[in-house]
Amino acid sequence: MAQAVPAGQKWWSGGKSPFNVEYGKLMMWYFLMSDSFTFGAFLISYGSIRFATNGWPNPNDVFKAFPGFGETNMPLVFVSLMTFILIMSSVTMVLAVAAGHNSDQKKVTFYMILTILGGLAFLSCQAWEWTHLHEEGAWWGRNPFPNADGSRATTNFTNFFFTITGFHGFHVFSGVVINIIMLIKNLRGDFARRGHYLMIEKAGLYWHFVDLVWVFVFTCFYLL
Amino acid sequence: MYMSSIETTGHDKPHATFDTKPIWRTFWILLAITLLELTLATIHMKWGFPPKYVLNGMYLILTCAKAFYIIAEFMHLRHEIKNMIMTIAVPACLFIWFIIAFLWDGASYNNLRNRYDRHYADQNKIKVEQPAEKPGKPE
Repeated sequence: MAQAVPAGQKWWSGGKSPFNVEYGKLMMWYFLMSDSFTFGAFLISYGSIRFATNGWPNPNDVFKAFPGFGETNMPLVFVSLMTFILIMSSVTMVLAVAAGHNSDQKKVTFYMILTILGGLAFLSCQAWEWTHLHEEGAWWGRNPFPNADGSRATTNFTNFFFTITGFHGFHVFSGVVINIIMLIKNLRGDFARRGHYLMIEKAGLYWHFVDLVWVFVFTCFYLL
Repeated sequence: MYMSSIETTGHDKPHATFDTKPIWRTFWILLAITLLELTLATIHMKWGFPPKYVLNGMYLILTCAKAFYIIAEFMHLRHEIKNMIMTIAVPACLFIWFIIAFLWDGASYNNLRNRYDRHYADQNKIKVEQPAEKPGKPE
């Protein structure tokens, strides 16, 4: 839509990519497709088990702490901060991609650094949240939180929570590593020499995907 | 590097300028939707309104809206050609079956157990000693 494609272009007659994207970018899309089904399987099994259980803990009673505020009841505040951090780092990532389009090496460096910092901030928040929950007695196989109706809860709640946020956190971690590699390559001038910043775009796709998954994790665990 | 040497028409090339205005617009939309979700959750906590199932429906719609904006704008899919959009969107439709089938199955299993397994149904009537107490306090 945004690009000039000749009218009546025959995409399937050979000689050009029928998807009009570079090979590596297409493969990144397909990888993300498969990854979305992995996450989908996790989240849907969580939903399936939740539908197959009579009671479930109320997330607002579980996730209500904020660092430095002790026992104050602040549901949703901390996770909102985490969501904001991740959206913000997604924005700086697109800005890095945009800078790459304009072959602006310095700006790419600047926005990649911001993106990496955002990723690290998110990981720190998650580390704090896990530590806090662990101190409250929650872990795989241990669930101190009763159901919303006061009955005893199964350990499914904590098992799913730690597995899925852990798997997502691992994705964030690998995204940060990929972004650091991209930053180093950019600083070395690899992309400038190559004449394009497609690698930044591929790393960007992965990073946005991590943000996309968080949107669903946020809804499934903290809102529903 | 066979495929990458094949020509594509446009935005893969570095000289195409890239507008940053839609990025910030998308950011504000995402932020607004998140804040709306939080507002709804807070209202529900304070006054128990709207009812939980209405709220859940709204959350799901808002979540899908956020997902759309991230995929369409941040991941730039909306600006690709139709072939590219379809190669992603068509397989993703499997999720519709995936979600309905498994949630339905879970609910059905729960109904069957509540009906035929007395012990399972009774478990839910036993309350934890002091539900009012802060959960997770070490004994």
